[in-house]
Amino acid sequence: MRKLLSAMTGLAGGALLSTQAFAQEIRNPAAEWEHLWNEVIMDITVIGVIMSVAAIVMLVKYRATSPEQVGTAKKLTTVQSISFALIPASIFMADDFYLAANGWTVWNAYRRVPENAMEVKVTAYQWYFEFEYPDGTVADGSDFSAIKVPAGQPTVFRMTSEDVIHSFGLPYYRVKEDVMPGRITYIWINPDKEQTEAVLQCAEFCGDSHSQMANPIHAVPQAEFDAWLAELAAEG
Amino acid sequence: MSTPTTTAGHAAVPAWKEWILTTDHKRIGVLYLVGSMAAFGVAGLMALIIRAEQMQLGMQIVTSGTQYNGFLYFHGAAMILAFLIPGLTGFAANYFLPLMIGARDVAFPRINAFSVWLFYFAIVLALLSFVVPDAPDIMWTGYPPYSVTTSANTSMYVFTVHLLGFSSILGAVNFLVTVIYMRAPGMGWNQLNMFVWTTVAAFVLQLVFIPVLAAAVTLLLFDKYLGTHFYDPSAGGDVLLYQNLFWFYSHPAVYVIFLPAVGILYDIMATMAKNRVFNYKAAVYVGIWGTVGIAGIVWVHHLYISGMPDWIRLGHMVTTLLISVPVGILTLSLWGTLYKGAITYNTAMMYAASCLYLILLGGLTGIPLAIPSMTLHLSETSYVHAHFHFIMALFSAFALFAGIYYWFPKMTGRYADGPLATASFWLNFIGVNVTFWPLFIIGKEGMPRRYWDYEMFKDVQVMGFYFEDYHKVATIGAFTIALGMLLQTINFVYAAFAGKPAPTNPWNSKSLEWTHTVSPPGPGNFGDTDVVVDENWSPYEYNK
Ligand code: HEM
Ligand SMILES: [Cu+2]
Ligand SMILES: [Cu+2]
Repeated sequence: MRKLLSAMTGLAGGALLSTQAFAQEIRNPAAEWEHLWNEVIMDITVIGVIMSVAAIVMLVKYRATSPEQVGTAKKLTTVQSISFALIPASIFMADDFYLAANGWTVWNAYRRVPENAMEVKVTAYQWYFEFEYPDGTVADGSDFSAIKVPAGQPTVFRMTSEDVIHSFGLPYYRVKEDVMPGRITYIWINPDKEQTEAVLQCAEFCGDSHSQMANPIHAVPQAEFDAWLAELAAEG
Repeated sequence: MSTPTTTAGHAAVPAWKEWILTTDHKRIGVLYLVGSMAAFGVAGLMALIIRAEQMQLGMQIVTSGTQYNGFLYFHGAAMILAFLIPGLTGFAANYFLPLMIGARDVAFPRINAFSVWLFYFAIVLALLSFVVPDAPDIMWTGYPPYSVTTSANTSMYVFTVHLLGFSSILGAVNFLVTVIYMRAPGMGWNQLNMFVWTTVAAFVLQLVFIPVLAAAVTLLLFDKYLGTHFYDPSAGGDVLLYQNLFWFYSHPAVYVIFLPAVGILYDIMATMAKNRVFNYKAAVYVGIWGTVGIAGIVWVHHLYISGMPDWIRLGHMVTTLLISVPVGILTLSLWGTLYKGAITYNTAMMYAASCLYLILLGGLTGIPLAIPSMTLHLSETSYVHAHFHFIMALFSAFALFAGIYYWFPKMTGRYADGPLATASFWLNFIGVNVTFWPLFIIGKEGMPRRYWDYEMFKDVQVMGFYFEDYHKVATIGAFTIALGMLLQTINFVYAAFAGKPAPTNPWNSKSLEWTHTVSPPGPGNFGDTDVVVDENWSPYEYNK
């Protein structure tokens, strides 16, 4: 047991170290999300299939052949009882720590904002988001028009709310975070080099028009982004 | 359905009065059953409206977002607070727990009667939300500031929670005292039915955690109607305080539902397989009590995207994943109970077998949700909606139905099995899969929950189909379930009055509720002789 525990701590520690090593380059959390998702799905499918097959085999195999028949399972000895608790518990724990370590790595990618990220301030209202760019230009999302960000360059959203709790969800980038009055939360994305059209939607129940609180978010080439921003600034 | 309870010497009382004034735990159990099934029916209708609205892009059935939100509020709140918790701890525990431990009633029968009527008041109060001008639309979670700033009637929600909470606390004290002091002479702790153990654990959770919920919603009431600022950051309050308090109760509440459901399954599977519970002590002391032990330290997994400090989110990832240990032990022991069994199939056992699938699917799909970096995307999507319906709504509801079929002969002296039961089982089982599988698929691509429309996703495809196609399938599934439930209800009512008569112990069980009393049991449960068991007795000892 102790050996197993120390092996597991080693595993978690190793994951931490490897995070450090990668910290320099800009990562793409969305891709890592997908990778971890596949891993987790594989993990739970294996457990699920083993358990289902076991259940189906027993449900079929141990049908009673006569009404008088009774089950013949033996009473477990103390050693057997303890083993049947400790062995599965260790397997589950090993799997838990393995998943936790992997989840942790992806988590760090999500929470560590790259230094060159462009900062956009987001304010949420019932029922729209407002965006303020570094040069002070404001894009008012209330007409559900497309919001633009430069492609190939990380963008961080620093968010707060003026009324109730909302949530800033970008399913394409596999990320969301709540937006609350009195607090500032953040998420960042690393849009692909190509032009990407993604959905931004409110993901925390916020009343009547919660289902309408959405904008397209377009990642466009830097030149197009600059032109869009200039146009917005001119409109005032 | 009932036998007269007036014993010689008492003046005859009209039947309805006998039910209203009853202090008999079995009648109280039946009252809980009727009330919770009624709540299930109304909340189920709401689910159909919600699903029908989501079937197509655009607004078809409801006339405003607020109206849709009102339906969703009622569906969620009623299903959890008025159907599952009272169905499992109110009905099942009331009726069967005293019988299983050989007690003649609960410790405080009058308090028991009081708590069922509190429950009925709560249901009536909740139903009033359809007639008040500003119907509550705050979802069963009731998060401020929305629940404080909305014009909707938040007090209705708060008072319903108070009544149900008070009712549950009374029930919890009553049943804990009953199990501790009123077990049949000779009955040791390791001879209890699994159902007794799981309900005891659920009552402990209720007793410890309900006051926290009551406090949370009371502060909400103060904020909204008395102008305090507990949750208002602009005046020094904290928006997340409510969420922390709310989930500090409501996560354990998931086990208040889950554990008794597992307990019912154990009892059915052991009886139908005529087998001993596999690794009973591990299941009780590691499985059940381990779950209780961890229940209170995982609530932050409901706040993974709420901007909690990063270190807390990671800490709760570890505790949340560790729940797999006690739950894994429970599952293993449930599976093991079939090993070398001699299984007889009937409707109860078919529901129990389908629960093995539901617990797997619901439980395993929770693992991605335990990992914050995964939940960062999955939270508030229909993936979550499908996950919690499989594990909580469907697994627990199916376990409750399994229990109703299993104990039907005890309660009525008649079988509920038959072609109608089989047909409704298959409709329900196929229906839940057709309803909720598509939601996993579009949820992973970002379909948000609590949305009546999904215009912004209209061009998004998954495996060649649009979101709308998946919603259509889900809605067809929901109507399949509705048909199944309708047939099932007809079957229950018909069988209660005209079903095939059953012998006292139709499943040849060893458990006290079958071996020591008639069906249905009269007042005092066990006739003239007290139940006494010897130290080798066990409810699961078939193979001596
Ligand atoms: C059996 C058929 C059922 C169907 C077709 C159904 C359908 C639905 C639908 C469509 C939603 C809305 C999801 C969304 O947009 O967020 C929902 C939410 C919900 N359902 Fe069900 N449901 C069923 C049974 C149950 C049961 C038995 C429970 C008991 C626990 C339950 C508990 C909930 C809860 C707690 C919510 C969340 C409400 C909220 O967002 O506050 N449902 N259901
Ligand atoms: Cu919003
Ligand atoms: Cu919203």
